[in-house]
Amino acid sequence: MQTMNPIERILRAVALSLVIFFFMFPIFWIFLMSFQTNETILRVPPSMFFEPTLTNYRSLISGSLDGSTATLEIQFMGNLYNSLFLSVAAVSVGLILGVPAAYAFAKLKFRGSEDIAFTLLSFRFAPPLLVLLPLTIYFQKIGLADTYFGLIWVYQLIVLPLILWIVRGYFEDIPSDIEYAHRIAGHGFWSTFTKIALPLAGPGIAAAGLLAFIFAWNNFIFALVLASADKQPVTVGALAFITASGINYGQIAAGIMLSIAPVFALALYAQRYLVEGLSLGAVKG
Amino acid sequence: MSVHSADAARRSRFKINKRMLPYVLSLPALLACIGILIPFFTAVAYSLQRYRLSQPWAQKYNWGENYLNFMSDPAFWNTLQVSMTYAFLTVGIELFLGLGIALLLQRRTRFNNFVSIMLLMPLMTAPALASLMWKLMTNPGFGILSYWATLLGIEDMKWASDPSTAMLTVVIVDVWVYTPFIMILLLAGLRSLPRQPFEAAELDGVPRLFVFWKITLPMLTPFLLTAVLFRVIESIQQFDIIYAMTQGGPGDTLTVFQVEAYLNFFQSTNVGRSAALLMILWVITYILSTIFIKNWLRLRERARGEA
Repeated sequence: MQTMNPIERILRAVALSLVIFFFMFPIFWIFLMSFQTNETILRVPPSMFFEPTLTNYRSLISGSLDGSTATLEIQFMGNLYNSLFLSVAAVSVGLILGVPAAYAFAKLKFRGSEDIAFTLLSFRFAPPLLVLLPLTIYFQKIGLADTYFGLIWVYQLIVLPLILWIVRGYFEDIPSDIEYAHRIAGHGFWSTFTKIALPLAGPGIAAAGLLAFIFAWNNFIFALVLASADKQPVTVGALAFITASGINYGQIAAGIMLSIAPVFALALYAQRYLVEGLSLGAVKG
Repeated sequence: MSVHSADAARRSRFKINKRMLPYVLSLPALLACIGILIPFFTAVAYSLQRYRLSQPWAQKYNWGENYLNFMSDPAFWNTLQVSMTYAFLTVGIELFLGLGIALLLQRRTRFNNFVSIMLLMPLMTAPALASLMWKLMTNPGFGILSYWATLLGIEDMKWASDPSTAMLTVVIVDVWVYTPFIMILLLAGLRSLPRQPFEAAELDGVPRLFVFWKITLPMLTPFLLTAVLFRVIESIQQFDIIYAMTQGGPGDTLTVFQVEAYLNFFQSTNVGRSAALLMILWVITYILSTIFIKNWLRLRERARGEA
């Protein structure tokens, strides 16, 4: 690799440029589109040069869409709020349920612990509709249909395995001697857990939480099946929005940008943990 | 003496706690998940029933009939074929591209690290939204890709709305979203390989292609296997990208398992067939995931050993 001849150097540069172009261009193009009106979007041939306008973002945020014939009410901000609320709530519940369990699986090996941990993991790989379709019928019966509570519960399907397996790895990395030392000094289990284990596994818990947030935010199928219009997150809302807004492409693009921006920000912030989280701890970043 | 008995009392209390503790700690998480097991068993039951939402009075067990009907049902074979094609194409292309990009970015330079982080952005995009982005770019009226197609002499490219290019279009979106996943896993794998074999090979002047086939690839195999299995399991279940792009159309071109099951449930309200379809998908993913988990555990042990 040290001895690179000029031809190879050029080939590498070309290949890398193509890769960067393919993966970055769509985001760049939709970003540009979000600052345009239909007038400039519909030009043939398409061009990168136009007078940028904020009207798309403005009408999304104000919630009314001025069409040629009438003003349309849109609830995109409501979708954004739902995404935020559902993801934060799902991750909070996931952490409260998952962190103690992860500790039990890591430090207090008990009968059946491995089997249970694997069963939880296997949920991650089962077809979601298999559970969702019967659940729609049950939710109707027990009154959970179209509630935030029902959705947050179902979100645990993706959030819990992630938190459990990542945090477990961090707990396992804590040398047991440190905990014994604290115990011998006369402290109980609870004190050891909160004063020693939790702070030491802190970064792992934060990473798992951030990743779980991203997965919850990006989820589509749970809300599509279980949520009605006023509970829908952006992933589902954006799809309905396309039909509702008819042909206002700039606004669709602006909606997409607003929906992916929070996740991009979080991903950049948590990039160190991404590899580990995406592979459920199989590969260290 | 009193100190001693207090100590003993504390220890005995501690002992009871200790036996119950793991269960107390993991019980809440388990309870939350047991709620999930109930619908799972319900789905098994539905798959053995004649059950249409439009005719709830006719709901009764017909045992294996839903499954038997699949044998002579061209729609089922179409679903199986479309799902397999989709999984094979997406994972194949993603593996090839992902490995190539990982090799390009292998050296730890500031520029390479920056690029690998930028390439994560598609992976962080919700797949359903990624489909919408590509929908805007492949719009026959104003889409930039349609325009480029005309520059290449392909007039009237209809992308996802044409049966002959619909598969291509969703595969491109899937490749755009998930190639970074394979890339990032293989990059981490490549960078974790021991250096000695490579240094020795270089000292001996071994040709680099030979090094790649005989050293790099074999050492990378566990990572490749994990990445590929992970992706196959997800790809064969793909719903978001296809549903957001075409809802399974045009016609039945893209009715993969979960899309077909969704349409069966909500449009033709045939719960029995929908559940049977999902059970077959579950069996496929279950087999794949047991292989995956074994391999994944080995990698996990190794990653933790290095840490």
